[in-house]
Amino acid sequence: MFESCSDPSALHGLSWMLCYLTTGKHLLFYGSFGIVLILLAITAPVALIFGFGGALAARSALWPFKLIGRGYIAMVRGVPDIIFFLFVPIAMDQGLEFLKSRAVCEDTSAPVWSNNEFHVCAAAKIPLGSSPQLYHEIYGFALAVIAFSVVYGAFAANVLYGAMQAVPRAQLETAEAYGMTRAQVNRRVLIPQMWAYAIPGLSNLWMILIKATPLLFLLGIEDIVYWARELGATKSQIYAFPHPDWRLYYFLVLLVFYLLMTKLSEIVLAKINRRIAFGQATAAGEALRKAGA
Amino acid sequence: MKKLILTAAILGLSAGVAAAETVRMGTEGAYPPYNYIDDNGQVAGFERELGDKLCEMEGLTCTWVTNDWDSIIPNLLSGNYDTIIAGMSITEEREKSIDFTQAYYPPAASAYMSMDPNADLKGGVIAAQTGTIQAAHVAESGATLAEYATLDDTIAAVKNGEADAVFADKDALAPFAGTDGMEFVGDDVPLGKGIGIGLRKSDTALKDKFNDAISKMKADGSLNEMIKKYFGDDALTFN
Repeated sequence: MFESCSDPSALHGLSWMLCYLTTGKHLLFYGSFGIVLILLAITAPVALIFGFGGALAARSALWPFKLIGRGYIAMVRGVPDIIFFLFVPIAMDQGLEFLKSRAVCEDTSAPVWSNNEFHVCAAAKIPLGSSPQLYHEIYGFALAVIAFSVVYGAFAANVLYGAMQAVPRAQLETAEAYGMTRAQVNRRVLIPQMWAYAIPGLSNLWMILIKATPLLFLLGIEDIVYWARELGATKSQIYAFPHPDWRLYYFLVLLVFYLLMTKLSEIVLAKINRRIAFGQATAAGEALRKAGA
Repeated sequence: MKKLILTAAILGLSAGVAAAETVRMGTEGAYPPYNYIDDNGQVAGFERELGDKLCEMEGLTCTWVTNDWDSIIPNLLSGNYDTIIAGMSITEEREKSIDFTQAYYPPAASAYMSMDPNADLKGGVIAAQTGTIQAAHVAESGATLAEYATLDDTIAAVKNGEADAVFADKDALAPFAGTDGMEFVGDDVPLGKGIGIGLRKSDTALKDKFNDAISKMKADGSLNEMIKKYFGDDALTFN
């Protein structure tokens, strides 16, 4: 990166360290922290939408919706998330390529799954084999985001379903007595009140989501764990910057990063919690009222 | 005769046009000097240079992809990339699921490395990378096999005392000789049928192209030169 770094073998001490920490590889490592943040920024709202849909469906009076909602929620109780993280991207990738192959391949007589190979014509590949590597990486990342959203959406659905059930029945009955339709009751009374019950559970979920981000590594995405492992490993003389096994220090950096992330989240979530509890007939709301009085 | 030459020329030309396809080269990126990620974050090493050369000779556009060693065959089969060029020895076990080109590296010696010159190689704990021919050899030798995901992990295991010795390709271990008292111990063991490029069984056209290019490089001696460049003058070469 710097002019003075062109000959690493001549460097010592601090200048060696400075050059070492600014190699192209390290810049990729720093960039990968961004991947984690982007994952969180996309997954959290998408999972919340999935959760909202799941919870409303589970409460629906129509049995098909109810079945879908309940089934979705039951999924997180019955299946380890790690299985889902491994299953969803592969299943989606092969599913999409299979569908695309039916549409674009000229000859579809050959079986797609044969001899333990998954084989579609070159035109049906997603992204195309000729696309830049960046597209492949974005595609892989998008599949990972979907896997995270499906799993955490199901968790969120469970939390929101519970929160909706926790809203006192009397509140809803009163609304009904005023002649509101079911949709109006949901929109005007149920949903505004359920947040007070949902936020503690959702906060917890957010923390779990932060801590689950290293699972990206399992999906072959070059995230912070991948780079920490790669950079920390013993580097022999073949590399420009040889060093012994430094994985300990790299993992220490990750540890500090995650501690900072969760600590920061705790502070923000505590504020949100306080705001939402205000004026609610819950223990937290009651504590606020007493403190104010 | 004229017609034949013309046809051959046209065939040659059209082959050249059709060959401008993209091949995704899958490698591990953690097995220097065969393949590793250099300080700019790019795939480098013997196989990078060889792969680029082979692609250039056959008019293919090649892009490089890294993948964990333990899922490198399944991800080839599911089409994430088109070749495995990752120091993978040709073995009968692997030939059941994938095809190999002819060897681009002769059957290389595997070796033990330890910090203790008297390490018990027959009955002790020997570290090896998961799914390698070396791991299979250790399992058969009677020693206790300790498997690790990457070569680095096997070296680290010996250094921190989890394993008595590591067993891997001699060339891959060579850069570690002399660091923290690590030395080669015991005799070298020849394993496998050489290192080839792994391909899906259905990709016969691609296999023919790589075989053709490797033959050419063997014939003109450029493959041997490249081997010597990365593995030293004492390295095994094709004759």
